[in-house]
Amino acid sequence: MRAGRRLWLAIFLAPAVVLFAAFVTYPILSALAYSLYSWEGIGRRGFAGLANFIRLFTTFPYPRLLVGAFWHNVVVFGLTMLIQNITGLALALILARNPWGARAYRAIFFLPVTLSLVIVGFLWGLFLNPVFGVINKTLGMVGLGALARAWLGEPETALITLTLINAWRWVGFPTIVFLAGINAVPEDYLEAARLDGASEWDVTRRIIFPLLAPAVTIIVILTFIGSFNWFELPYVVQGVSGAPNRATDVLGLLFYRTAFGEVDTGLQDIGVGSAIAVLMFLMLVTVSTVGAVFLRRREVEMG
Amino acid sequence: MMRRLCTALIAVALFATFFPASVLGQEPVKLTFWSWRTEDKWVYDRMIRLFQTRNPGIKIEFIPFRAPEYATILSTGLTAGRGPDIIHLRAYGGLETFAAPGFIAPLDFEQVPELKRFPLQTIAGARSRKDGRIYGVPFATQTLVIFYNKKIFAQHNLTVPKTWDQFLTVMRTLKDKGVVPLANGGKEGWTLEVLSGVIAPNFYGGTTFFEAVTRGQTTFREPAYTNALAKMLELRPYMPTGFMGVDYATMQQMFINEQAAMFIGGSWEIGFFKAQNKNLEFGVFAAPPERADQIPWVSSYADGNYGINAKTPHMEAALKFIRFTATLEFGQMFTDLLAQMSAVPGVVVRNPQLQQVQAMNRKATPYIMLVGFRWQAPTGSTLLQSALQGMMAGTLTPAQVGEEVTRGLSSWIDAFRGR
Repeated sequence: MRAGRRLWLAIFLAPAVVLFAAFVTYPILSALAYSLYSWEGIGRRGFAGLANFIRLFTTFPYPRLLVGAFWHNVVVFGLTMLIQNITGLALALILARNPWGARAYRAIFFLPVTLSLVIVGFLWGLFLNPVFGVINKTLGMVGLGALARAWLGEPETALITLTLINAWRWVGFPTIVFLAGINAVPEDYLEAARLDGASEWDVTRRIIFPLLAPAVTIIVILTFIGSFNWFELPYVVQGVSGAPNRATDVLGLLFYRTAFGEVDTGLQDIGVGSAIAVLMFLMLVTVSTVGAVFLRRREVEMG
Repeated sequence: MMRRLCTALIAVALFATFFPASVLGQEPVKLTFWSWRTEDKWVYDRMIRLFQTRNPGIKIEFIPFRAPEYATILSTGLTAGRGPDIIHLRAYGGLETFAAPGFIAPLDFEQVPELKRFPLQTIAGARSRKDGRIYGVPFATQTLVIFYNKKIFAQHNLTVPKTWDQFLTVMRTLKDKGVVPLANGGKEGWTLEVLSGVIAPNFYGGTTFFEAVTRGQTTFREPAYTNALAKMLELRPYMPTGFMGVDYATMQQMFINEQAAMFIGGSWEIGFFKAQNKNLEFGVFAAPPERADQIPWVSSYADGNYGINAKTPHMEAALKFIRFTATLEFGQMFTDLLAQMSAVPGVVVRNPQLQQVQAMNRKATPYIMLVGFRWQAPTGSTLLQSALQGMMAGTLTPAQVGEEVTRGLSSWIDAFRGR
């Protein structure tokens, strides 16, 4: 019986394990191997030890690019937590009270999540186009023409604009997760608190928030991974070079650009590119693990 | 009846399997030809048909990929030991990255005698720095120029400017009349590199500076170079509002739809502009120099090459096609159909704009970063494009641009180190 069960488990797990090994484990290991070799164009040459890592950390412009890109990932994580996730929480709290049209709003907030990221990037790129775009035109029409600018082209606004586009696209996701968390709080707890004279704010703060901790853990970790693996949206909207002047450069773009080259502009540097990939992987694993352990500790058991 | 039909069909199928074309002669060799020129597929298909009628034993399939992914797809194919037989390759460092590790077959004058007639500057784009050998047949040369809308110029009684000051005056006049003088933007760094390739050579001294900087006698910190970059800043008032957010597609649309009077770009646009707006009347001029008695410099470069996969099992057939691409006949078709300057010497240019471009090339200077500084990472272009975005957005000075480019290049150019 036991052996049969194990066999079934193995059978059901096998496809996932095979896929994971082929598309996750193998690439990570090969990136690690590539980062330890020297390269001539696209041809692999001799074993180079840590030479690529040393080059990445000491040869201009790599250290500056690495630090700049890392810092942008941190900024994106911070802004996303502040803007996207807090908005998501607020929306979830409102929706949990079942206001008029709650079901419709739930669908509307979630709608952008279902859109293809390429379409989202392309559409917002059009909206924000300084010549043809609707955003600057609208600002002009309502008398705020002075605010109009090249949102995606100026170093001061480009990264924030991108983060906001990303938040617009994703906000439905934390909303749904938080909403599910809030709905899972047993009605008796809330009722008991209210009978004891707790205000709505007290109920939210002292009962809903602690019981929402598991949802928060998931959202924080997913936001962290999403922010530090951020690639698609900046790639679609700004291209591979982190324009303007690296103002939207993030580790994902830096890795891609270094390993595969900028079109018509840069050359492939597979060694240094792989070194960046290895660093990113190590950082994500470490922080996610530590973060998960830390956040789990503050979760409250229901029951 | 049914049974008989089946038997007949099977017999025919068997016959076809066991005796393919061999009955008629020898089996045709099938070659694949990879490229990033999706737009030009119709032209290549036509040339291939012509080649095939003359060489019935060879079949060629032209397979284009999206340009941004092409280098990655080609690298993957070649390193995996597959890849096409014939390869559309970039020039200079973009060729070196495939040629130096041995993925491309070297060519010599015996295999492709037509190459002897190609000018040295064009061949330079097909030569590897590692061993000095030639790795492809150059297909086109490009020149960086200023396009102008003839109708808009005529409406405002403007003529092509001969000096830098006249150029600024023309743009001021247009702006006063409510016309966007220049379509150029800065969202994509490479369009700024092109802009610098048009504007700067007249002020840094063209080929004299190119020779000095490529020999390591000077660097990009040299004031002659950074002052030339500073000239780009004088164009900012005449670019579209919010030009830092204007990408390449928007630039093209503005010029094609006659919303902007001028467009600073490359000669490859001619065919595209024509195809997009049949009624667009446009001319070409070289960036105006300081004084009217100076002949302006234009940046030009070899666009790319047709090469052969070093591991192709059909070397002989591939060579036959490669020789065909070096013939005057191929070059003439290329120029006529694509409105681009074929690299084959002796091609007669009939397109009026292209004739102007050809005339300007009597004083051509190498497009500085592409020809001289794209050989290793980080390339001069990567460094320059980003820094120019900083400069145009106002966060870097021209001197800082020169500093960043020189510092970045010093990681692989010994002569720049410690200078």
